Amino acid sequence: MFNETINCRKIVEGKAEGKVIVSKNPINFLAMVNLDTGKITDQSHDLFNISLKDKILVFPHSIGSSVGAYSIYALKTNNLGPKGIICTAKADIITASGCAIANIPVVDKLEKDIHDFIKNESRLILDATNQKIMVKNRN
Amino acid sequence: MQLTTEEEKALNGEFGETLSVAYRILLAIGNANDAEKLIPIKWAHVSGVNYNTIGKSGEEFLKEISSEGKKVMIPTTLNPMGFDSTKKNIGLTEEFVNNQLSITDSYKKLGVNMSFTCIPYEIFSLPKKGEYASFAESNAAVFLNSILNIKTNKESALSSLASAITGKTPYSDLLIEENRKSKIMIKPELSTDESDALGQVDTFNLNELDFGLLGYYAGKVSKESCVGIDCKKDQVDIVKMKSLSAGMGTSGICGMFKTEEDSMTEKISFGKKERESVFDELNTSEMGDIIVLGSPQLGMSEINLLDNMIHGKKFKKKCMIFCAKPVYEIAKENESLYRLEKAGCEFFCDSCTCLTPLITKDKYDSITTNSVKCSYYMKHSNKVGVSLKNLNSIVKENTI
Repeated sequence: MFNETINCRKIVEGKAEGKVIVSKNPINFLAMVNLDTGKITDQSHDLFNISLKDKILVFPHSIGSSVGAYSIYALKTNNLGPKGIICTAKADIITASGCAIANIPVVDKLEKDIHDFIKNESRLILDATNQKIMVKNRN
Repeated sequence: MQLTTEEEKALNGEFGETLSVAYRILLAIGNANDAEKLIPIKWAHVSGVNYNTIGKSGEEFLKEISSEGKKVMIPTTLNPMGFDSTKKNIGLTEEFVNNQLSITDSYKKLGVNMSFTCIPYEIFSLPKKGEYASFAESNAAVFLNSILNIKTNKESALSSLASAITGKTPYSDLLIEENRKSKIMIKPELSTDESDALGQVDTFNLNELDFGLLGYYAGKVSKESCVGIDCKKDQVDIVKMKSLSAGMGTSGICGMFKTEEDSMTEKISFGKKERESVFDELNTSEMGDIIVLGSPQLGMSEINLLDNMIHGKKFKKKCMIFCAKPVYEIAKENESLYRLEKAGCEFFCDSCTCLTPLITKDKYDSITTNSVKCSYYMKHSNKVGVSLKNLNSIVKENTI
Protein backbone atom coordinates (compact mmCIF):
# COMPACT_ATOMS: atom_id res chain seq x y z
CA MET A 1 0.00 0.00 0.00
CA PHE A 2 2.75 2.46 0.96
CA ASN A 3 4.59 2.42 -2.34
CA GLU A 4 6.28 5.81 -2.15
CA THR A 5 9.11 6.71 0.21
CA ILE A 6 10.06 10.25 1.09
CA ASN A 7 13.46 10.65 2.69
CA CYS A 8 13.66 13.13 5.52
CA ARG A 9 15.74 14.17 8.51
CA LYS A 10 15.35 12.83 12.04
CA ILE A 11 14.81 15.36 14.80
CA VAL A 12 13.29 13.11 17.47
CA GLU A 13 13.49 9.37 16.87
CA GLY A 14 10.62 6.92 16.88
CA LYS A 15 8.04 5.42 14.54
CA ALA A 16 4.35 6.10 14.04
CA GLU A 17 1.62 5.04 11.67
CA GLY A 18 -1.69 6.80 11.28
CA LYS A 19 -3.89 9.34 9.60
CA VAL A 20 -2.55 12.80 8.89
CA ILE A 21 -3.90 16.25 9.45
CA VAL A 22 -2.36 18.80 7.19
CA SER A 23 -1.95 22.51 7.87
CA LYS A 24 -0.35 25.25 5.86
CA ASN A 25 -0.19 27.44 8.97
CA PRO A 26 2.24 27.47 11.89
CA ILE A 27 0.84 26.72 15.36
CA ASN A 28 1.34 28.58 18.62
CA PHE A 29 0.88 25.61 20.94
CA LEU A 30 0.43 27.75 24.04
CA ALA A 31 -2.19 30.06 22.60
CA MET A 32 -4.02 28.04 19.96
CA VAL A 33 -4.53 24.55 21.38
CA ASN A 34 -7.04 23.49 24.01
CA LEU A 35 -5.11 21.10 26.23
CA ASP A 36 -8.31 19.46 27.52
CA THR A 37 -9.69 18.61 24.09
CA GLY A 38 -6.61 18.62 21.86
CA LYS A 39 -8.44 20.91 19.43
CA ILE A 40 -7.16 24.02 17.68
CA THR A 41 -9.01 27.04 19.09
CA ASP A 42 -7.91 29.81 16.70
CA GLN A 43 -10.82 30.56 14.37
CA SER A 44 -8.54 31.88 11.65
CA HIS A 45 -6.43 28.69 11.60
CA ASP A 46 -7.07 26.09 8.90
CA LEU A 47 -7.25 23.39 11.61
CA PHE A 48 -9.84 25.29 13.67
CA ASN A 49 -11.85 22.92 15.88
CA ILE A 50 -9.86 19.90 14.67
CA SER A 51 -8.22 17.61 17.21
CA LEU A 52 -4.55 16.62 17.03
CA LYS A 53 -5.18 13.40 18.98
CA ASP A 54 -3.46 10.35 17.51
CA LYS A 55 -2.89 12.10 14.19
CA ILE A 56 0.35 12.66 12.37
CA LEU A 57 0.57 16.41 12.21
CA VAL A 58 1.96 17.83 8.97
CA PHE A 59 2.61 21.56 9.41
CA PRO A 60 5.36 24.12 8.78
CA HIS A 61 6.62 24.73 12.35
CA SER A 62 5.63 26.16 15.74
CA ILE A 63 5.59 29.85 16.52
CA GLY A 64 5.32 32.15 19.50
CA SER A 65 5.63 31.39 23.16
CA SER A 66 8.57 29.41 24.43
CA VAL A 67 6.15 27.64 26.78
CA GLY A 68 4.55 25.93 23.78
CA ALA A 69 7.01 23.08 24.38
CA TYR A 70 5.19 22.27 27.64
CA SER A 71 1.86 22.39 25.80
CA ILE A 72 3.06 19.65 23.45
CA TYR A 73 4.10 17.59 26.49
CA ALA A 74 0.73 18.26 28.18
CA LEU A 75 -1.15 17.07 25.09
CA LYS A 76 0.82 13.84 25.21
CA THR A 77 0.27 13.20 28.93
CA ASN A 78 -3.46 13.95 28.48
CA ASN A 79 -3.53 11.33 25.67
CA LEU A 80 -4.51 14.05 23.22
CA GLY A 81 -1.20 14.46 21.46
CA PRO A 82 -0.26 13.78 17.86
CA LYS A 83 1.43 10.42 17.15
CA GLY A 84 4.10 12.09 15.10
CA ILE A 85 5.05 15.43 13.58
CA ILE A 86 6.29 16.27 10.10
CA CYS A 87 7.60 19.81 9.72
CA THR A 88 7.27 20.95 6.13
CA ALA A 89 9.47 23.97 6.80
CA LYS A 90 12.32 23.57 9.29
CA ALA A 91 11.73 21.96 12.67
CA ASP A 92 11.94 24.57 15.40
CA ILE A 93 13.15 24.53 19.00
CA ILE A 94 9.65 24.48 20.52
CA THR A 95 8.55 21.43 18.53
CA ALA A 96 11.88 19.63 18.92
CA SER A 97 12.18 20.12 22.68
CA GLY A 98 8.52 19.43 23.47
CA CYS A 99 8.53 16.25 21.42
CA ALA A 100 11.89 15.15 22.87
CA ILE A 101 10.36 14.76 26.33
CA ALA A 102 6.96 13.65 25.04
CA ASN A 103 8.59 10.95 22.87
CA ILE A 104 6.77 12.07 19.75
CA PRO A 105 8.79 11.30 16.59
CA VAL A 106 9.62 14.41 14.54
CA VAL A 107 11.18 14.84 11.09
CA ASP A 108 11.83 17.73 8.72
CA LYS A 109 13.76 18.49 5.50
CA LEU A 110 11.62 16.30 3.26
CA GLU A 111 13.20 15.56 -0.12
CA LYS A 112 9.79 15.81 -1.87
CA ASP A 113 6.73 17.98 -1.37
CA ILE A 114 4.57 15.76 0.82
CA HIS A 115 1.45 17.66 -0.19
CA ASP A 116 1.64 15.94 -3.58
CA PHE A 117 1.00 12.61 -1.87
CA ILE A 118 -1.33 13.25 1.02
CA LYS A 119 -4.47 15.07 2.08
CA ASN A 120 -6.33 15.10 5.41
CA GLU A 121 -7.09 11.58 6.64
CA SER A 122 -4.50 9.92 4.36
CA ARG A 123 -2.55 7.23 6.15
CA LEU A 124 1.22 7.13 6.27
CA ILE A 125 4.12 5.62 8.16
CA LEU A 126 6.54 8.01 9.80
CA ASP A 127 9.83 6.26 10.57
CA ALA A 128 11.88 9.04 12.11
CA THR A 129 14.58 6.67 13.32
CA ASN A 130 15.34 5.57 9.74
CA GLN A 131 14.56 9.03 8.31
CA LYS A 132 11.79 7.82 6.00
CA ILE A 133 8.13 8.60 5.40
CA MET A 134 6.10 5.94 3.57
CA VAL A 135 3.07 7.20 1.70
CA LYS A 136 0.69 5.85 -0.90
CA ASN A 137 1.33 7.13 -4.40
CA ARG A 138 -2.02 8.25 -5.80
CA ASN A 139 -0.98 7.57 -9.40
CA MET B 1 25.17 17.02 16.20
CA GLN B 2 28.28 15.40 17.63
CA LEU B 3 28.41 14.80 21.37
CA THR B 4 31.63 14.32 23.30
CA THR B 5 32.17 11.01 25.10
CA GLU B 6 31.14 12.61 28.39
CA GLU B 7 28.01 14.14 26.86
CA GLU B 8 27.15 10.80 25.31
CA LYS B 9 27.45 9.13 28.73
CA ALA B 10 25.22 11.80 30.25
CA LEU B 11 22.65 11.28 27.49
CA ASN B 12 22.66 7.57 28.21
CA GLY B 13 21.87 8.17 31.86
CA GLU B 14 25.24 7.42 33.44
CA PHE B 15 25.07 10.62 35.50
CA GLY B 16 21.40 10.41 36.37
CA GLU B 17 18.01 10.98 34.80
CA THR B 18 18.05 14.79 35.10
CA LEU B 19 21.12 15.17 32.89
CA SER B 20 19.87 12.47 30.53
CA VAL B 21 16.60 14.35 29.93
CA ALA B 22 18.51 17.61 29.49
CA TYR B 23 20.82 16.11 26.85
CA ARG B 24 17.89 14.47 25.07
CA ILE B 25 16.35 17.94 24.68
CA LEU B 26 19.64 19.52 23.55
CA LEU B 27 20.20 16.76 21.01
CA ALA B 28 16.74 17.31 19.48
CA ILE B 29 17.12 21.09 19.20
CA GLY B 30 20.72 20.69 18.01
CA ASN B 31 19.49 18.41 15.22
CA ALA B 32 16.73 20.85 14.31
CA ASN B 33 19.17 23.75 14.11
CA ASP B 34 21.94 21.88 12.23
CA ALA B 35 24.37 22.30 15.12
CA GLU B 36 27.70 20.51 15.05
CA LYS B 37 28.43 20.73 18.75
CA LEU B 38 27.44 22.08 22.14
CA ILE B 39 29.20 25.15 23.55
CA PRO B 40 29.34 26.61 27.08
CA ILE B 41 27.12 29.59 27.86
CA LYS B 42 27.09 32.29 30.57
CA TRP B 43 23.41 32.76 31.39
CA ALA B 44 20.14 30.89 31.08
CA HIS B 45 16.69 32.43 31.42
CA VAL B 46 13.95 29.89 31.88
CA SER B 47 10.24 30.22 31.11
CA GLY B 48 7.46 27.82 32.01
CA VAL B 49 6.69 28.98 35.54
CA ASN B 50 3.04 30.09 35.51
CA TYR B 51 0.78 27.11 36.34
CA ASN B 52 -1.71 28.44 33.78
CA THR B 53 0.87 27.92 31.04
CA ILE B 54 2.53 24.59 31.90
CA GLY B 55 -0.37 22.83 33.64
CA LYS B 56 -0.37 19.69 35.77
CA SER B 57 1.93 17.72 33.46
CA GLY B 58 4.50 20.53 33.56
CA GLU B 59 4.27 20.70 37.34
CA GLU B 60 4.89 16.93 37.53
CA PHE B 61 7.74 17.06 35.02
CA LEU B 62 9.54 19.73 37.08
CA LYS B 63 8.99 17.83 40.31
CA GLU B 64 10.57 14.79 38.70
CA ILE B 65 13.53 16.57 37.08
CA SER B 66 14.37 18.40 40.34
CA SER B 67 14.05 15.29 42.53
CA GLU B 68 17.63 14.04 42.02
CA GLY B 69 19.15 17.10 43.63
CA LYS B 70 21.03 18.18 40.48
CA LYS B 71 21.64 21.94 40.35
CA VAL B 72 21.90 24.32 37.41
CA MET B 73 25.48 24.82 36.15
CA ILE B 74 25.27 28.54 35.30
CA PRO B 75 23.47 31.64 36.58
CA THR B 76 19.83 31.02 35.73
CA THR B 77 16.96 33.48 36.04
CA LEU B 78 13.26 32.73 35.98
CA ASN B 79 10.19 34.10 34.18
CA PRO B 80 7.11 35.39 36.05
CA MET B 81 4.73 33.01 37.79
CA GLY B 82 0.95 33.21 38.13
CA PHE B 83 0.49 35.63 41.01
CA ASP B 84 2.13 38.03 43.43
CA SER B 85 2.80 35.96 46.55
CA THR B 86 2.86 39.03 48.80
CA LYS B 87 -0.82 39.73 48.10
CA LYS B 88 -3.51 38.01 50.13
CA ASN B 89 -7.02 36.96 49.08
CA ILE B 90 -6.58 37.45 45.37
CA GLY B 91 -9.39 35.09 44.47
CA LEU B 92 -7.35 32.19 43.13
CA THR B 93 -8.31 28.58 43.71
CA GLU B 94 -6.39 26.51 46.22
CA GLU B 95 -5.53 24.12 43.38
CA PHE B 96 -3.88 26.92 41.41
CA VAL B 97 -1.91 28.25 44.38
CA ASN B 98 -0.70 24.81 45.48
CA ASN B 99 0.42 23.80 42.00
CA GLN B 100 2.07 27.18 41.48
CA LEU B 101 4.01 26.81 44.72
CA SER B 102 5.07 23.30 43.77
CA ILE B 103 6.46 24.62 40.46
CA THR B 104 8.44 27.40 42.10
CA ASP B 105 9.68 24.94 44.72
CA SER B 106 11.05 22.68 41.96
CA TYR B 107 12.94 25.56 40.35
CA LYS B 108 14.30 26.51 43.76
CA LYS B 109 15.58 22.95 44.25
CA LEU B 110 17.34 23.21 40.90
CA GLY B 111 19.16 26.30 42.16
CA VAL B 112 17.41 28.77 39.85
CA ASN B 113 17.30 32.44 40.91
CA MET B 114 13.70 33.17 41.97
CA SER B 115 13.63 36.36 39.89
CA PHE B 116 10.09 36.01 38.44
CA THR B 117 10.76 38.56 35.74
CA CYS B 118 10.48 38.66 31.95
CA ILE B 119 12.86 41.65 31.77
CA PRO B 120 16.01 40.15 33.37
CA TYR B 121 18.08 42.39 31.04
CA GLU B 122 16.89 45.42 33.04
CA ILE B 123 17.43 43.79 36.43
CA PHE B 124 20.67 41.79 36.42
CA SER B 125 24.23 42.68 35.52
CA LEU B 126 24.94 41.55 32.00
CA PRO B 127 27.65 39.31 30.57
CA LYS B 128 30.06 40.92 28.11
CA LYS B 129 28.93 41.72 24.57
CA GLY B 130 29.30 38.78 22.26
CA GLU B 131 28.89 36.19 25.04
CA TYR B 132 26.46 33.30 24.64
CA ALA B 133 23.22 32.73 26.54
CA SER B 134 20.09 30.61 26.39
CA PHE B 135 16.95 32.69 26.75
CA ALA B 136 13.46 31.26 26.57
CA GLU B 137 11.34 34.37 27.13
CA SER B 138 10.86 35.67 23.61
CA ASN B 139 10.88 39.43 24.31
CA ALA B 140 14.09 38.99 26.28
CA ALA B 141 15.76 36.84 23.62
CA VAL B 142 15.03 39.44 20.93
CA PHE B 143 16.18 42.27 23.22
CA LEU B 144 19.43 40.48 24.12
CA ASN B 145 20.38 39.81 20.52
CA SER B 146 19.25 43.09 19.04
CA ILE B 147 20.06 45.71 21.66
CA LEU B 148 22.69 44.16 23.92
CA ASN B 149 24.54 41.97 21.41
CA ILE B 150 24.50 38.98 23.74
CA LYS B 151 23.89 35.96 21.56
CA THR B 152 20.99 33.61 22.17
CA ASN B 153 18.59 31.61 20.11
CA LYS B 154 14.90 32.03 20.75
CA GLU B 155 14.81 29.05 23.08
CA SER B 156 11.88 27.09 24.40
CA ALA B 157 11.02 26.68 28.07
CA LEU B 158 12.48 23.17 27.97
CA SER B 159 15.60 23.92 25.97
CA SER B 160 16.60 26.81 28.24
CA LEU B 161 16.10 24.54 31.25
CA ALA B 162 18.26 21.88 29.58
CA SER B 163 20.94 24.52 28.97
CA ALA B 164 20.74 25.70 32.59
CA ILE B 165 21.24 22.13 33.82
CA THR B 166 24.15 21.37 31.45
CA GLY B 167 25.62 24.86 31.05
CA LYS B 168 25.60 24.31 27.28
CA THR B 169 23.61 25.05 24.16
CA PRO B 170 23.93 23.86 20.54
CA TYR B 171 26.23 26.15 18.55
CA SER B 172 23.70 27.14 15.92
CA ASP B 173 21.57 29.79 14.25
CA LEU B 174 21.85 33.18 16.00
CA LEU B 175 24.91 32.11 17.98
CA ILE B 176 26.87 32.05 14.73
CA GLU B 177 27.87 35.51 13.48
CA GLU B 178 27.10 34.87 9.82
CA ASN B 179 23.47 34.04 10.67
CA ARG B 180 22.97 37.39 12.38
CA LYS B 181 22.10 39.01 9.07
CA SER B 182 18.76 40.04 7.68
CA LYS B 183 17.42 39.14 4.26
CA ILE B 184 14.48 41.49 4.50
CA MET B 185 14.14 44.94 6.00
CA ILE B 186 10.83 46.28 7.25
CA LYS B 187 10.51 49.96 6.57
CA PRO B 188 7.99 51.88 8.69
CA GLU B 189 6.12 54.28 6.42
CA LEU B 190 3.51 55.61 8.78
CA SER B 191 2.56 59.22 8.63
CA THR B 192 2.50 60.80 12.03
CA ASP B 193 1.51 64.29 13.05
CA GLU B 194 5.16 65.21 13.02
CA SER B 195 6.11 63.66 9.68
CA ASP B 196 7.34 66.22 7.21
CA ALA B 197 5.68 67.40 4.00
CA LEU B 198 7.43 64.78 1.87
CA GLY B 199 5.89 62.05 3.96
CA GLN B 200 9.27 61.05 5.29
CA VAL B 201 8.83 59.40 8.62
CA ASP B 202 11.18 59.83 11.46
CA THR B 203 10.81 56.67 13.50
CA PHE B 204 11.50 58.89 16.49
CA ASN B 205 7.88 60.01 16.26
CA LEU B 206 6.29 56.58 16.31
CA ASN B 207 4.83 55.67 19.69
CA GLU B 208 5.39 52.46 21.65
CA LEU B 209 2.23 50.85 20.26
CA ASP B 210 3.41 51.52 16.69
CA PHE B 211 6.67 49.78 17.57
CA GLY B 212 4.80 46.83 19.07
CA LEU B 213 2.69 46.47 15.93
CA LEU B 214 5.79 46.87 13.76
CA GLY B 215 7.51 44.06 15.68
CA TYR B 216 4.44 41.85 15.46
CA TYR B 217 4.24 42.45 11.69
CA ALA B 218 7.96 41.86 11.18
CA GLY B 219 7.79 38.59 13.13
CA LYS B 220 4.93 37.44 10.94
CA VAL B 221 6.57 38.35 7.66
CA SER B 222 10.06 37.05 8.35
CA LYS B 223 10.82 33.41 7.70
CA GLU B 224 14.34 33.80 9.08
CA SER B 225 15.70 34.21 12.63
CA CYS B 226 16.93 37.73 11.96
CA VAL B 227 14.95 40.56 10.38
CA GLY B 228 15.88 44.11 9.49
CA ILE B 229 14.00 47.12 10.90
CA ASP B 230 14.63 50.41 9.18
CA CYS B 231 14.99 52.83 12.08
CA LYS B 232 17.69 54.75 13.84
CA LYS B 233 18.40 52.63 16.89
CA ASP B 234 20.01 55.42 18.88
CA GLN B 235 16.85 57.54 18.53
CA VAL B 236 14.54 54.88 19.92
CA ASP B 237 14.19 54.62 23.68
CA ILE B 238 14.09 51.43 25.73
CA VAL B 239 10.29 51.56 26.12
CA LYS B 240 9.83 51.33 22.35
CA MET B 241 12.60 48.75 21.95
CA LYS B 242 10.93 46.52 24.53
CA SER B 243 7.64 46.91 22.72
CA LEU B 244 9.24 46.07 19.37
CA SER B 245 11.01 43.03 20.86
CA ALA B 246 7.87 41.72 22.54
CA GLY B 247 5.72 42.12 19.42
CA MET B 248 8.31 40.34 17.31
CA GLY B 249 8.72 37.49 19.78
CA THR B 250 4.98 36.89 19.89
CA SER B 251 4.16 36.39 16.24
CA GLY B 252 6.83 34.28 14.65
CA ILE B 253 10.19 32.58 14.83
CA CYS B 254 12.32 35.73 14.70
CA GLY B 255 14.82 36.08 17.54
CA MET B 256 16.61 39.22 16.45
CA PHE B 257 16.27 42.47 14.56
CA LYS B 258 18.95 44.57 12.98
CA THR B 259 18.76 48.24 12.16
CA GLU B 260 21.74 48.23 9.84
CA GLU B 261 21.18 47.13 6.29
CA ASP B 262 22.91 43.96 5.10
CA SER B 263 23.73 43.39 1.48
CA MET B 264 20.95 41.77 -0.56
CA THR B 265 18.26 43.12 1.72
CA GLU B 266 14.75 43.23 0.31
CA LYS B 267 12.64 46.13 1.60
CA ILE B 268 9.10 45.61 2.79
CA SER B 269 6.89 48.54 3.69
CA PHE B 270 5.05 48.77 7.00
CA GLY B 271 2.56 51.44 6.03
CA LYS B 272 -0.92 52.42 7.11
CA LYS B 273 -2.48 49.32 5.54
CA GLU B 274 -0.05 46.89 7.19
CA ARG B 275 -0.41 48.61 10.54
CA GLU B 276 -4.19 48.42 10.26
CA SER B 277 -4.17 44.74 9.41
CA VAL B 278 -2.25 43.74 12.55
CA PHE B 279 -4.09 46.30 14.66
CA ASP B 280 -7.49 44.94 13.57
CA GLU B 281 -6.34 41.42 14.35
CA LEU B 282 -5.40 42.34 17.93
CA ASN B 283 -7.86 45.11 18.77
CA THR B 284 -11.05 43.25 19.60
CA SER B 285 -12.99 45.71 21.71
CA GLU B 286 -13.73 49.43 21.63
CA MET B 287 -13.54 49.90 25.38
CA GLY B 288 -11.83 48.16 28.27
CA ASP B 289 -13.39 47.46 31.67
CA ILE B 290 -9.96 47.93 33.23
CA ILE B 291 -6.50 49.10 32.17
CA VAL B 292 -3.68 46.57 32.15
CA LEU B 293 -0.02 47.55 31.75
CA GLY B 294 2.96 45.26 31.63
CA SER B 295 3.76 42.71 28.99
CA PRO B 296 6.71 42.68 29.21
CA GLN B 297 6.74 43.77 32.86
CA LEU B 298 7.26 47.50 33.34
CA GLY B 299 10.73 48.77 34.14
CA MET B 300 11.60 52.15 35.66
CA SER B 301 11.47 53.85 32.24
CA GLU B 302 7.79 53.00 31.85
CA ILE B 303 6.99 53.78 35.50
CA ASN B 304 8.59 57.24 35.22
CA LEU B 305 6.86 57.87 31.90
CA LEU B 306 3.47 57.01 33.37
CA ASP B 307 4.22 59.05 36.50
CA ASN B 308 4.92 62.11 34.33
CA MET B 309 1.81 61.59 32.23
CA ILE B 310 -0.48 61.16 35.26
CA HIS B 311 0.87 64.24 36.96
CA GLY B 312 -1.71 64.45 39.74
CA LYS B 313 -4.65 63.12 37.71
CA LYS B 314 -6.65 60.03 38.68
CA PHE B 315 -7.68 56.99 36.68
CA LYS B 316 -11.43 56.63 36.19
CA LYS B 317 -11.13 52.86 36.20
CA LYS B 318 -8.91 50.23 37.75
CA CYS B 319 -5.35 50.15 36.39
CA MET B 320 -3.31 47.00 36.99
CA ILE B 321 0.46 47.38 36.69
CA PHE B 322 2.69 44.33 36.35
CA CYS B 323 6.32 45.03 37.14
CA ALA B 324 9.45 43.27 38.34
CA LYS B 325 9.97 43.21 42.12
CA PRO B 326 13.25 45.23 42.07
CA VAL B 327 11.48 47.85 39.92
CA TYR B 328 8.68 48.01 42.50
CA GLU B 329 11.29 48.60 45.20
CA ILE B 330 12.93 51.45 43.26
CA ALA B 331 9.53 53.00 42.55
CA LYS B 332 8.86 52.87 46.27
CA GLU B 333 12.13 54.65 46.99
CA ASN B 334 11.59 57.42 44.48
CA GLU B 335 7.94 57.68 45.57
CA SER B 336 6.48 57.30 42.08
CA LEU B 337 4.82 54.18 43.48
CA TYR B 338 2.76 56.22 45.94
CA ARG B 339 1.79 58.79 43.32
CA LEU B 340 0.64 56.07 40.95
CA GLU B 341 -1.22 54.21 43.69
CA LYS B 342 -2.95 57.48 44.58
CA ALA B 343 -3.92 57.78 40.91
CA GLY B 344 -5.66 54.42 41.16
CA CYS B 345 -2.96 52.00 40.01
CA GLU B 346 -2.50 48.65 41.68
CA PHE B 347 0.93 47.00 41.46
CA PHE B 348 1.56 43.30 40.93
CA CYS B 349 5.06 41.81 41.16
CA ASP B 350 6.39 38.36 40.19
CA SER B 351 3.67 37.92 37.58
CA CYS B 352 2.75 39.21 34.14
CA THR B 353 -0.33 39.74 31.99
CA CYS B 354 0.43 36.69 29.84
CA LEU B 355 -2.10 34.02 30.79
CA THR B 356 -2.55 35.60 34.19
CA PRO B 357 -5.28 33.96 36.27
CA LEU B 358 -6.05 37.44 37.64
CA ILE B 359 -7.75 38.56 34.42
CA THR B 360 -10.40 36.12 33.28
CA LYS B 361 -13.54 36.40 31.16
CA ASP B 362 -15.63 35.71 34.28
CA LYS B 363 -14.32 38.93 35.78
CA TYR B 364 -13.88 41.19 32.76
CA ASP B 365 -15.31 41.41 29.25
CA SER B 366 -12.44 43.52 28.04
CA ILE B 367 -9.27 45.36 28.98
CA THR B 368 -7.36 48.36 27.65
CA THR B 369 -3.61 47.97 27.10
CA ASN B 370 -0.76 49.33 25.02
CA SER B 371 0.92 45.92 24.73
CA VAL B 372 0.67 43.88 21.57
CA LYS B 373 1.88 40.79 23.40
CA CYS B 374 -0.73 41.23 26.13
CA SER B 375 -3.43 41.65 23.45
CA TYR B 376 -2.40 38.47 21.70
CA TYR B 377 -2.61 36.30 24.81
CA MET B 378 -5.75 38.01 26.16
CA LYS B 379 -7.43 37.27 22.85
CA HIS B 380 -6.17 33.72 22.33
CA SER B 381 -5.73 32.34 25.85
CA ASN B 382 -7.76 34.40 28.33
CA LYS B 383 -10.53 35.05 25.74
CA VAL B 384 -10.90 38.61 27.01
CA GLY B 385 -11.54 41.51 24.60
CA VAL B 386 -8.81 44.08 24.10
CA SER B 387 -8.89 47.77 23.33
CA LEU B 388 -5.40 48.51 22.06
CA LYS B 389 -4.19 52.08 22.59
CA ASN B 390 -0.91 53.84 23.14
CA LEU B 391 -0.06 54.92 26.69
CA ASN B 392 -0.59 58.60 26.02
CA SER B 393 -4.13 58.00 24.76
CA ILE B 394 -4.88 55.60 27.59
CA VAL B 395 -3.95 58.25 30.16
CA LYS B 396 -5.73 61.06 28.28
CA GLU B 397 -8.97 59.14 27.86
CA ASN B 398 -9.13 57.47 31.25
CA THR B 399 -8.04 60.06 33.78
CA ILE B 400 -9.61 63.15 35.28
